[in-house]
Amino acid sequence: MKAVLILAVKSAWARRLTLGVTLCAIALASALLFAVERVRHDARQSFTQAVSGVDLVVGARSGSVQLMLYAVFHSGAATHNIRRESYEAIATHPVVDWAVPLVLGDSHRGFPVLGTTPDYFRHFQYSDQRPLVFAAGQAFSDVFETVLGSAVAAELKLKVGDRITLTHGMAEAGPGHDDKPFSVVGVLKPTGTPVDRSVHVGLEAITAIHLDWVGGAPLPGLAIPAEFVKKFDLQPKEITALLVGLKSRAEVFRLQRHINSYRGEPLMAVMPGVALDELWQTLGMIEQTLLAMSALVVVIGLAGLLATMIASLNERRRELAILRALGASPRELFLMLTAEGLLITTLGVALGLGLLAVGTFFFAPLLQAHFGIILQWRLLSPNEWLLLAAILGTGLVASLIPGWRAWRMSLADGLTPRN
Amino acid sequence: MADSAILISNLLFRWPRQPAACLDIPELAIAAGEHVFLHGPSGGGKSTLLGLLGGVAVPERGSIELLGGDITRLSDRARDRFRADHIGFIFQQFNLLPWLSALDNVLLPCTFSARRKQRTGNARETATRLLTHLDLAPASWHKPAAELSVGQQQRVAAARALIGRPEILIADEPTSALDAPRQQIFIDLLLAEAAAAGAALLFVSHDARLAAHFDRKIALCDINRAGAVEP
Repeated sequence: MKAVLILAVKSAWARRLTLGVTLCAIALASALLFAVERVRHDARQSFTQAVSGVDLVVGARSGSVQLMLYAVFHSGAATHNIRRESYEAIATHPVVDWAVPLVLGDSHRGFPVLGTTPDYFRHFQYSDQRPLVFAAGQAFSDVFETVLGSAVAAELKLKVGDRITLTHGMAEAGPGHDDKPFSVVGVLKPTGTPVDRSVHVGLEAITAIHLDWVGGAPLPGLAIPAEFVKKFDLQPKEITALLVGLKSRAEVFRLQRHINSYRGEPLMAVMPGVALDELWQTLGMIEQTLLAMSALVVVIGLAGLLATMIASLNERRRELAILRALGASPRELFLMLTAEGLLITTLGVALGLGLLAVGTFFFAPLLQAHFGIILQWRLLSPNEWLLLAAILGTGLVASLIPGWRAWRMSLADGLTPRN
Repeated sequence: MADSAILISNLLFRWPRQPAACLDIPELAIAAGEHVFLHGPSGGGKSTLLGLLGGVAVPERGSIELLGGDITRLSDRARDRFRADHIGFIFQQFNLLPWLSALDNVLLPCTFSARRKQRTGNARETATRLLTHLDLAPASWHKPAAELSVGQQQRVAAARALIGRPEILIADEPTSALDAPRQQIFIDLLLAEAAAAGAALLFVSHDARLAAHFDRKIALCDINRAGAVEP
């Protein structure tokens, strides 16, 4: 048995070019399958764990998906804002425990700037009720102070004490707020959520840098130096969204109804968990289709293996007869062929996982930068083990066919191959 | 006959789904150490007979006693084992594994049969001795079999059949790919090696001219009562 397996490896090595190509096809196919599964899993993770401990997210009336996109993922833009009076009315509602306002619209070198209050760092939670933690420094307390998410600090090599300037809008080359630089007073620990990619400043700061602006452009001839901004009322007249925590979760529907039918202006309140699931559902179809397609690619790869092996079997007829004459049983020849197929499949999948690891290493930063999907370097998840077993199982079934043919052939040929 | 290497009696073999028998041999005896030339036209049942002797096929009736034991009574596995342990085969031209070196091809029977490995002693040493004896230059020992000339391949095949001193040697048209002078050289070599090893040799060919140096010449059509053709 062992002798036959050693011969199987030697024989496969002799056909390494053909088998190598097949192996590469299987490697690429399984790498693709694992990558799709991993991106799918991590995208979902990034999505559903982006916010926690927030009972309601409030914004101008639009769609819940859109609201989540800008309020939580800081992507896209709000069509309308919330007036300060509405915000104050909600914040002082008897069932509300806390309300953290958010103002969006500016950026720093492509990273969104989030205007908020120091309460944000106290109340915002992600994943499973995990609070934000400072890696260095503390929350901002003055107008021109900022707290950076971990990815911002890491990618731009910024640390506490450094100074940055903001840009109006999301474009990297937009009009600047260069006259009013901010100093970094805190850096957050990584969370694996959009927080990592955000630049946090106070609400007053957002008002301050726009004092001498009108309608999205600097007012010609007017320049208010940073030292004088405190003489103005820096409380914003409008905010983009509002995160709300309740004293009792049981009140969530009552408050939601109250906000949705608010008379002052058209507002909407959504429960983040429900909205995130809804958001995910809209992507679910694409995700399943992608997974099915990559599974199909793996099947095609294994079909290639089957075709290669069956094609080679005719050339190997003599080889099988020789082994038979030397005392190999049909069972051993069956084993030899099956082992070869399984060997190629296993090596292919192993190589595929290697490719995945290398690919993760190179493409994870790219995915995170462009899509906010945090791809983690980790061992196989239970789901991925299942995929692995499925590939190897399919590979085994594919290998049984040439094995069975070799068995049949060796019985029919005996010691004299017919070709 | 305890000293018979091969003793066939009352043998009948029919291919599946064929009405007529392919082989019907009342008796064939080959003594231990005897060198027999079996002659028969192509398609006359020679390969079928070798398959039966090798134990890869089983007769409808009759017995095939090899070295005193009836292999038709053995299980499939036991017949495979018997073949590995006691029979050395040499086939027509391409009977080496092309992706193994000459030396590894010679050593193959030892990986399949513990008995032959044990009888060989130091397998590598024996293999190189056999190859040297068969006049194969050391430069060719580690070449893949596919790179050897046809004559060299035949000598490697002979060494492979001889290693571990099997009691029975069966050669199936081993010279068909060689030119006439080389045919005789190879046959002489084979006879000498079989004699040195004390093995019974059954040499099968359609070419009756090669029979000169054998102890005995048998025509298959004389011992086979069935005239049917192999499929």
